[in-house]
Formats: sequence, structure tokens, C-alpha cells
Amino acid sequence: MLYAEAFQIRGGDFEHGGEVATRIKSICKELGIRPDLIRRLSIANFEAEMNVIMYADQADLTFMVLPEAVRVVVADRGQGIPNIELAMTPGWSTATREMRSRGFGAGLGLPNIKSSVDEFQVESTPGVGTTLTYVVRLDSSPGLTGHDRIRQYHPREGERQDAIAGPEKV
Amino acid sequence: MLLAEIVTLLGCTELLALDQTGSREIAGCFAADLMSEVLAFCGHGPLLVTGLTNVQSLHTAEVVDAQAILYVNGKRPDAEVLALARARGLPLLSTPLTMYEACGRLHRGGLPASTKQRGTAP
Repeated sequence: MLYAEAFQIRGGDFEHGGEVATRIKSICKELGIRPDLIRRLSIANFEAEMNVIMYADQADLTFMVLPEAVRVVVADRGQGIPNIELAMTPGWSTATREMRSRGFGAGLGLPNIKSSVDEFQVESTPGVGTTLTYVVRLDSSPGLTGHDRIRQYHPREGERQDAIAGPEKV
Repeated sequence: MLLAEIVTLLGCTELLALDQTGSREIAGCFAADLMSEVLAFCGHGPLLVTGLTNVQSLHTAEVVDAQAILYVNGKRPDAEVLALARARGLPLLSTPLTMYEACGRLHRGGLPASTKQRGTAP
């Protein structure tokens, strides 16, 4: 193992939500990990961190850099997820108004994590807690994530493709 | 489009003085109030347009390597967020325009959308 560090995340601590993800991002930069991989990992970490803040009491996020991959385990104590299949459905959410006012709770958290990483596992016991384990392989090529799955959530694909090309010149 | 041009185009207030970052080239734009949508759909290194002024807007900008954040509807983040942005060297702008108006002007001015391409990594 090249590097390992554990971070504690407290449920309800919106004020510090995102600090663990940004801290890990800076560690990854120092370790010289490829920027596109750092970004994918940071998206997963940020979503996982906010999930703990919104839905759990407390969690340990363990970040490990192995020779061939970055592995993250987020083990929380909290309400757990009664129906994981439902929670993995883009757009499905139990978020409160306050969570949404913080910019999260769009029902994209778990799907977003899954689409950003190379390996993803979620285990949950209702009333006890949830453990997420995900891996970003250091040799993974750009474009090999499950990104297309999450794009299906967006209803106006054709318009989005048009928009990418920029406005017409008149 | 240069950041300084965006300031002029939208009548922005510079919440943090741009200094040299005014000449920063902005290649694309993404607008949303839900940060999960930014994380899910935004391309790399955009101008982030949002009405969300809390610290999560800053952390989200960090994750997507945003070049700057533009707050709409005249919104301004609190002193703590400003201090963090200053420490990170992230320019913050505020415009009195609504999100629709701001995005409309930016698009008409030639700034394309910054979105993830199908089949590419986030």
C-alpha cells in the first residue's frame, strides 16, 4: 500500500460537507495520480460524504492508494437503505427540503458514485448502517465508466448534444 | 471568452478581485442549483453558474476544476465562503440577472455548454 488515511464524517454536519473530498483530492494531486482519475474519485467521494451527512449518524471513510488502484470504503452507522435497488435509481430520493437547499438530494448520489468508479459495492442493514466500497483503477482508460447509464436520467439528450456545439453564428 | 468579458457582459460584481484571473480563458459553462447535477453532468473546468451560495458550491467547483463561480440573482456567499475561495484562488462573481438571463447572454455571446460527452469519463 502506497498511502492510507481514515477520515471521520459526522451526520448533519453540512458546514463541513465536502472537506474530506477536497482533502483527498489534494493528497491525490501530491501523489501524482492522473487528473481525470482524481476527478472521478473526487465526485464519488463528495457524493459519499454528503450521503453520510444527509442520512447517517457517523462514518469512517478509509482512503487507500494501492499500486494499481485507489480503494475507498465508507462505513456508516445510521438508518441504512431499505431498498438498494430503488436507491440506485437516478432521480429517486428521500431528501428533505433542507438537503435540497444545500444543493444535494437530487436522487443522483449513489448512481453518480457508481458511474464514476470502476468497481462499486453497497451493503446495507436497515437500522444499522451502510458500507460503500469503490475502486478507481489507476490504469483505467478514459471513457470506460458507466457514465452512459446516468445520462439516461436526462430527458433532453438531443438538445444537450446541440448545445455542446455552441450557438449558431449568424 | 475571457473572465473579464463575462464581467462586462453580465454587469457582474467581482466578489473577489480578479486581478490576473480576468484574463483567464473560459471554455464552457454549466448552470445548476443542484450540486449533484453539476457532479453528474458538467464537463471539465467550466464557469459554474448557480444560485447556491453555501460552501458546497465551492467544494463542487473544486471537484470539477471550475475556473470561476458566477452567482445569479444578486446573491453573495458569506464571509467564510469568500475566505475559502480567496485561499483557493477561485474567482467569484455575482450578477443581478436571473439564471436564465445570465445563461442566455453567455450563450449568445459564444460561450458553449460544458457537458460530459457520451462515453467519456467524468
